[in-house]
Amino acid sequence: MAEVKLLGKWPCPYVLRARVALQLKKVEYEYLEEELGGKSELLLKSNPVHKKIPVLIHRGRPLCESLIIVQYIDEAWLAAPSLLPASAHDRAFHRFWAAYFDDKLSPLLTRLRNGERGRANEEAAEGVKLLEEAFVRLSEGKGFFGGDEIGYLDITIGCHLGWIRVTERLMGFKLIEEAKVPGLAGWAERFCAHEAVQGIMPETEKLMEIFQLAQIHMKRSKR
Amino acid sequence: MIFPSTAHGSSSVGTRDASRDLFPCIECLRRRRCVSDNLTRGGVPIEFFHISVLLRPHKSPPHEPHPQEATMAEAVVLLDVWVSPFGQRCRIALAEKGVAYEYKEEDLSNKSPMLLQANPVHKKIPVLIHDGKPVCESLVIVQYIDEVWSDGAPILPADPYARAQARFWGDFVDKKIYECGTRLWKLKGEALQEAKKEFIEILKVLEAELGDRKYFGGDAFGYVDIALVPFFAWFYTYETCGGFSVEAEAPKLVAWGKRCMERESVSQTLYDPLKVYEFVGFLKKKYGVE
Repeated sequence: MAEVKLLGKWPCPYVLRARVALQLKKVEYEYLEEELGGKSELLLKSNPVHKKIPVLIHRGRPLCESLIIVQYIDEAWLAAPSLLPASAHDRAFHRFWAAYFDDKLSPLLTRLRNGERGRANEEAAEGVKLLEEAFVRLSEGKGFFGGDEIGYLDITIGCHLGWIRVTERLMGFKLIEEAKVPGLAGWAERFCAHEAVQGIMPETEKLMEIFQLAQIHMKRSKR
Repeated sequence: MIFPSTAHGSSSVGTRDASRDLFPCIECLRRRRCVSDNLTRGGVPIEFFHISVLLRPHKSPPHEPHPQEATMAEAVVLLDVWVSPFGQRCRIALAEKGVAYEYKEEDLSNKSPMLLQANPVHKKIPVLIHDGKPVCESLVIVQYIDEVWSDGAPILPADPYARAQARFWGDFVDKKIYECGTRLWKLKGEALQEAKKEFIEILKVLEAELGDRKYFGGDAFGYVDIALVPFFAWFYTYETCGGFSVEAEAPKLVAWGKRCMERESVSQTLYDPLKVYEFVGFLKKKYGVE
């Protein structure tokens, strides 16, 4: 039995967070792909509270919620790189911006993909501008929010880049545009090209297909 | 009602003289005159902050530093609002660690330049300012306090799996209690019944997780206890508005809350549930809820 298992679904950016963290720490794990429309018995048993992926199972014990899983991976496997920074204040900064992304920006991106426009566009642009400022502050001239290497906040936001690109295509304009947010634009390219990300980050085309299929399915079930 | 007695009859942590106790009285007196003038004239709506200050019971600020602690206290400032369960998490954590700090009560209808500068993204309390650097979001602050003042009793356990479990349940409290609880006092009819059903389910999930343990952290009071216990003072409001009994639905949780209240950090921080209910009563008027 593999010591480390990860239950996930390939389009899910939250699952990607766990995978990138495991790749960065060079942890061997068994990836178990859940069926897109369903939830396995193992998933329901491992996450009875939320019944959601990702679930990391380490030595038979389940862990849930992507950012909690990422922090666990950082603390259980102490080999470099450290995913959270050394200083308590910088750690608080990473956690704050991760919460901002999950609580504010990610739901906003979903609303934009579902067709909301107007004020939502402005909010997205403001949010991206705030992330640019956070990037400049935290990267200190280096390549990632974590500095020289991918860290907690890079993983939090970077794993959503595929879906950010899907949103941009549906909206018809770029959220992460070099002219407006040069720091983030450069960071996005570096993140996607990183060896821990490349190969496991789903292609934008495939995410578009899945999204469009889900939209059709949703319209049919409403009739 | 205007001058409620000290919430739990206990004196504050640290040395205080009687004159400091008078300041809230004078503040309330001044504002009561303003408010009663408005009420007498009958036209001008009551300013929310006036209500908040009037309703704030005469409890000493959570931690007034001892004079010798003044310099250290200046290095730690907490921007907060008395009734906020999120702010209370931070106050409890600071008290558990024995950290001296300066408490600043914010007027949410007229946010201070300090708050707007310290939390420009959300403009919300609580904000902890340590050596001039702000930390925002209550559970981020609690983790920060645990990491900086690491010589005090740990808030998160040492074992990575136990830490992950604690974070999971802290996150659960964050996602569920406040949002569902707010629907209990804001909504009516079918929507209220739906919220009641959900809230009772949340209580039962938490009670199952607590089991027969002394605290969520086991024998040691910790992160999940700190995340949840401020809402113990809101249970009366939730059950009264929702038409159910928390004790009947989750007796172990109520027993846990009472055990937590035996800790000075908690009893010195939480306000009387009747005060919280009174406060929500005025919120309901403000939002036009029956």
